[in-house]
Amino acid sequence: MAVLSKVLVFVTGDAQADRVVPPTGFTARLTGLAAGSMAFLAVFALALSLASGRLADRWSDALAQSSTIRISATEDQMDAQVLAVLEVLATTPGVLEARPLSDDEQNTLLEPWFGPDLPLDDLPIPRLIEVIEDAGGFDATGLRNRLAGEAPGAVLDDHTKWREPLVAAAGRLRSLGYLAMLVITATTAIIITLAANAALAANAQVIRVLRLVGARDAYIARAFVRRYTLRTLTGAAAGTALGLGAVALLPGGDPAGGFLTGLGFQGAHWLWPLLIPLLAALVAFAATRMTALATLKERS
Amino acid sequence: MIELEEVTYGYGAGTLLSGISLKLAPGSFHFLTGPSGSGKTTLLKLCYGDLVAGQGRVALFGQDVRNMDRDDVALARRRVGVVHQDCQFLDHLSVAENVTLPVIVAGRAASGVESDLDDLLGWVGLSTQKEALPPELSGGERQRAALARAVIMSPDVILADEPTGNVDWEMSLRLLTLLVELNRMGKTVMIATHDMNLIRQAKAQVAVRVLRISNQRLQLAGADL
Repeated sequence: MAVLSKVLVFVTGDAQADRVVPPTGFTARLTGLAAGSMAFLAVFALALSLASGRLADRWSDALAQSSTIRISATEDQMDAQVLAVLEVLATTPGVLEARPLSDDEQNTLLEPWFGPDLPLDDLPIPRLIEVIEDAGGFDATGLRNRLAGEAPGAVLDDHTKWREPLVAAAGRLRSLGYLAMLVITATTAIIITLAANAALAANAQVIRVLRLVGARDAYIARAFVRRYTLRTLTGAAAGTALGLGAVALLPGGDPAGGFLTGLGFQGAHWLWPLLIPLLAALVAFAATRMTALATLKERS
Repeated sequence: MIELEEVTYGYGAGTLLSGISLKLAPGSFHFLTGPSGSGKTTLLKLCYGDLVAGQGRVALFGQDVRNMDRDDVALARRRVGVVHQDCQFLDHLSVAENVTLPVIVAGRAASGVESDLDDLLGWVGLSTQKEALPPELSGGERQRAALARAVIMSPDVILADEPTGNVDWEMSLRLLTLLVELNRMGKTVMIATHDMNLIRQAKAQVAVRVLRISNQRLQLAGADL
């Protein structure tokens, strides 16, 4: 409660104390604009991190539980091979469910490459069997050996080859997003520090007069800290709102679009960007306070 | 109140003040005189903690300045009203706001001293310039506003650095009258000036002690005036 009360006093401020430092219109506008731009970028960095995280989770969790068996055989052998594979799978520990994909499902898979009117019956297309593992999974090497014996035309693809690099890539993309947010935070701190330094230098005479009449360093620092914190909060709030609007206008999630169309926020993730203006204000508060107190100490 | 013992102060390699001892007793009235560049302003700054002596001891209200942090010095300054030759105003604030600045920085509401402010501005003859900005004031008006700001916190000590340097003789007398009135109210006053006529005028109204800085040293200089 004490902290909340201090925050309230800080935000509501003291009108007569605020007037002591003259308004610096140009610096104020630049600070707000810089904070807004940084917040706008932060929204996208956050969206990228969260979307990459979702992708990495999906690829590492959901896809890790499924495998495919591809059966290449002549037309008269195909049904027998499918039956043999299903029998092998039925007695394989760790297999939760196995089913051959229907013609329609295979058509859907091939449609992006061959178009909608694919004459599946006239083409020597392999049959696909989807295998769902239980939590413990199955022994892939053992299953391959058994398939080689029972159904020579069957090849097990447990997705490991392409899944692992994709999970790693998504994980790196997520880290890159977080790194981008760190860089944005540091840049915000640097911009606010430079702006506060400039304001303190421009107000050297004001500081001198305030000291002359008995102002403490904390009082002088507070006048600058409050101003820059509120400017940053306002600018960052505007930048975040614009960023959220821009993200909302991105195309919605579409399986055909893959990762790029899922680059937004989902569900409760829409609440995370609301922390950006608060974080920016916190950074501005710390940066301006440190700068002001250091400058005042230097000039004493 | 303010005490200096064997104080030495210099800028860079040179010594400006050497072996200065001074005690400002409550209710006393001092003039500090000497040629330009002799160190009058420096001595005043030592008296309100704006400068720290190289050697010797400066005590503000019983506290050694060397043992005071910046907050302590700020608090001590609330007990010392300073009038500068160049007044040191915040030009974006009105006369009323500038005069109440010591009250505001002390964390008190300016509205609480509104009647005091009106009395004070009436006393220095600036009632009609209350809302004016400092650049709109004449030299004499600025000095009177600076004096009002120096006394609004009812300080124990008033230090004035060449307060009549930029005003005509009539205005000088008016300012002197105000400072004498403050001294009669029990305030300790020290004025740095090279205006001997002003000192003679003051001696006719109140008991004053005249000090002169000469060759880095402080001497009593009342007898030859």
